[in-house]
Amino acid sequence: MAEITLPKLNLSDAPAAPAINAPTLIEINQVSLYYGASKALKNISVNLGEKIVTAFIGPSGCGKSTLLRCINRMNDLIDNVRIEGSMKVAGQDIYAKDVDVIELRKRIGMVFQKSNPFPKSIYENIAYGLRLHGMKKKSELDEHIEQSLRGAAIWDEVKDRLHTSALGLSGGQQQRICIARAIAIKPEIILMDEPASALDPLATARIEELILELKKNFTIVIVTHNMQQAARISDYTAFFYIGELIEFDTTTKIFTNPAKKQTEDYVTGRFG
Amino acid sequence: MKHRFHKQGFRFSSAFFTTLTALATFLILAILAVILLDALIYGWRTLSWHFVSTIPKKDFFDVKTTGVLPMIIGTSIRVIVMAIFVIPIGVITATYLTEYAPSGSIVTRVIRAAVNNLAGVPSIVFGLFGLGFFVNFVGKNLDAVFHNPSAVWGQPALIWASLTLAVMTLPVVIVATEESLKAVPQGLREASLALGATKLETIIKIVLPQALPGIMTGGILAVSRAAGEVAPILFTGVAYYMASLPTHLTDQFMDLGYHVFVLSTQSPNIQQTEPILYATVLVLLMLTFALNLIAVIVRARVRRKMRSLH
Amino acid sequence: MSREKKSNRTAGWMGIQRGHNAHPIEWLAEKFIFLVSLSAIVMVFLIFAFVLREALPVVLGKMDSAAVQPVIPVADMDKIPADELRTYLELTPEQFAKINHDTKKMLMESKVEGAQEVPDNPDAKLNTIKWRYLIFPHQWSGYAKPAYIWQPISDIKKYNIIPLIIGSVKTTIVALLFAVPLALGAAIYVSQLANPRAKEFIKPAIEMLSGIPSVVAGFFALIIMATVLQKVFGYESRLNSFVAGIALGFAIIPVVFSLAEDALTSVPRAYTQAALALGASRWQAAWQVVLPAAIPGVSAAIILGFGRAIGETMIVLMASGNASIMSWNIFDSARTITATIAAELAEAVFGGDHYRLLFLIGALLFLVTFLTNMAGELVMNRLKKRLEGKS
Repeated sequence: MAEITLPKLNLSDAPAAPAINAPTLIEINQVSLYYGASKALKNISVNLGEKIVTAFIGPSGCGKSTLLRCINRMNDLIDNVRIEGSMKVAGQDIYAKDVDVIELRKRIGMVFQKSNPFPKSIYENIAYGLRLHGMKKKSELDEHIEQSLRGAAIWDEVKDRLHTSALGLSGGQQQRICIARAIAIKPEIILMDEPASALDPLATARIEELILELKKNFTIVIVTHNMQQAARISDYTAFFYIGELIEFDTTTKIFTNPAKKQTEDYVTGRFG
Repeated sequence: MKHRFHKQGFRFSSAFFTTLTALATFLILAILAVILLDALIYGWRTLSWHFVSTIPKKDFFDVKTTGVLPMIIGTSIRVIVMAIFVIPIGVITATYLTEYAPSGSIVTRVIRAAVNNLAGVPSIVFGLFGLGFFVNFVGKNLDAVFHNPSAVWGQPALIWASLTLAVMTLPVVIVATEESLKAVPQGLREASLALGATKLETIIKIVLPQALPGIMTGGILAVSRAAGEVAPILFTGVAYYMASLPTHLTDQFMDLGYHVFVLSTQSPNIQQTEPILYATVLVLLMLTFALNLIAVIVRARVRRKMRSLH
Repeated sequence: MSREKKSNRTAGWMGIQRGHNAHPIEWLAEKFIFLVSLSAIVMVFLIFAFVLREALPVVLGKMDSAAVQPVIPVADMDKIPADELRTYLELTPEQFAKINHDTKKMLMESKVEGAQEVPDNPDAKLNTIKWRYLIFPHQWSGYAKPAYIWQPISDIKKYNIIPLIIGSVKTTIVALLFAVPLALGAAIYVSQLANPRAKEFIKPAIEMLSGIPSVVAGFFALIIMATVLQKVFGYESRLNSFVAGIALGFAIIPVVFSLAEDALTSVPRAYTQAALALGASRWQAAWQVVLPAAIPGVSAAIILGFGRAIGETMIVLMASGNASIMSWNIFDSARTITATIAAELAEAVFGGDHYRLLFLIGALLFLVTFLTNMAGELVMNRLKKRLEGKS
């Protein structure tokens, strides 16, 4: 697949490899994705570092969520999707034939745009993933559940109501339950698909704080349409436009001194 | 002036036709009410504990001593046995169609076409099929396998009537289950898969429990529909009269719906036996309608929930 | 898995390479679910195969219903092949194997005697189960002119199926004429004109009509409606196509209503709003905009209603009078295909020509409803395409 020719983007145009002070964990190499005949991602190449926050920004429909969903192969669930190029995590080609998707997804957690707790109790929500991975002892479960809820900064709010329905919580709390659920199974990477887009400013601030906290232990890739959010929480930012990666650099550089005119127009709010 | 007159003409016809459609609606509801009230009012007079708890003698036309216990039991058993077969198969088929089947593939389209066609097959044809397939083919072959000296399986029986009804109600279960599976938000599936659950784990632990009310509706609807059906069991297991209750799956059975038919068409004196006819109709209606009412209410709830999710 | 562990991290990620068949139970379950889901297809196929199987000897012309069968003299008993003898004596291979020579001889003698008892009728040698007798009128001896007659229980069995078809068709027409305007009117009212609160109540109520067992509708028609309608219209025979058709209408109203209501509701509300914004009344919007857009769905509703009506059994069995009269008059008694099967199969000799013929008309019925369903589905798909194309 390496022999795919690069339309438009020749090498000199490709995003300059930024100075990386974190070891590379995710290598995306010339990835293209098709929905049927239409090409949603066009030859994306980018390396994402370990234990930092990388933000994907761009106008809606630019492919940022699609790329995110390639990393834990959620796109496999959609009929008629075809992916070209290679994507490696920790040096392993995750689209290789012998890769077990289930095993992959255990190592790459995901938080969705719309909070989606299961219609079960808070306790059962977190226990679900743990049980899937073979944890059965009550004491062990209790311990891990408390740990994850603390990790997601929601323990104090829910510790007295662990056995009530998660659906009774506010949107922001639900989203933190989802984060707790994702970190409970100790993934290395957490993918976040606009995790705060449906929340009010206060709840958003709490999620952002949490992300900065989580960065110590997890590699985080976050899709956001909120540029201030990207600026606040991410170390690196990738700007996408109509399926192409326009620019990838440190967040500071993207927001203060972008190399591309399109990036500048977008981050200064001239379109999108 | 002319312009105004024109408009008013339109309004008149609009009001007229609106009333007409409202009348049509009212007439349908009136028919429903008349049938139900008629059965309720006349049936109630004869309905008694004795009536529903008595096994009648050979002459079940006798107003004073007759009862419908064997019919209630026969009808109940045949729908329960049916449910045991049809619900798992229907739920699994619906699960395949909504969770596994690639959309638009030929197999899926053929399955859907088959389900639709099955729903349209006349009930009497199911009766013929039950006789031709279950009794004459499966049953006779079972007898041959077991070397039964006389026909045990190869004759009309409770099990064959139930299986025939299971084939008939398969589409009901499939359609209702599919509807409720589709109402389960996609986000729940994604959340589960993203946690590293397999598809099967996701379906069993997340999707099916969420869809349970809808699945139950489908099951109840199927049972309610089957409870009132007579044509499919005519040749596959129903008996005109039996002195004792059925004890084996290979026994024949008496049936409420068939009993209504017998009482209305074979009575030696229809005026005299009318009270027990009405009471039998009422028992049958109570059985099917209680079930149907539950199903309609649950279904309305599921639909409302589905709308609020999208 | 590689044993060399370069670092903790990489070792952990090695675990993802377990191969694509790492979940055998998952794989098995998926295959199992797929196989079970084929059961609907298998059932349709089995219905067709097994109903037709019983009818096949008639289709292939292998049955002989003539009252007078060629008689083999008892003396010839040992000259003909065993198989032929068995067929002649109408025995199954097991029965044939069990009985001894003398019993066979007795059976042959009784055959000869039986042949002498056959009435002296010129039609006695006719094989009346041949296609031409099933479909075309025949000049039976003793009748003034060629006639279509269904008379399976008589010395000369007359198996003309045309009176049954006419009985089915005319009863169905009455049902459709009664049910379709009512159901469509109600569908328009409920989906377009009624206020939402009334709709919440009316829709489930009409759907409940489908919960009335057909044997109860038949009972109602037989005991009450037949008398009332006879008084109102003053016709002669109390049970007839008209009464059965009206009762049949009760059974198909919910079918037509549900499908038509769905079709009308699926028309985007924007259409109605656009029409209302142009100054149309609600009725005009419903009649001139929504109904035309939903026509395929409404036609499908009527087609499927037809399929349901022609296949309904208990109502017509109880309310149509069951006389196989060759008449298009809806106030005459009628005998439909379904009622014929229901009433006669129990009496028909197993495996005999009457029995097989009943399966044949059952197969015919299955074919008609199968085609009806296909047509309904095609039309329904057109509605979907039309709405998708426009919205």
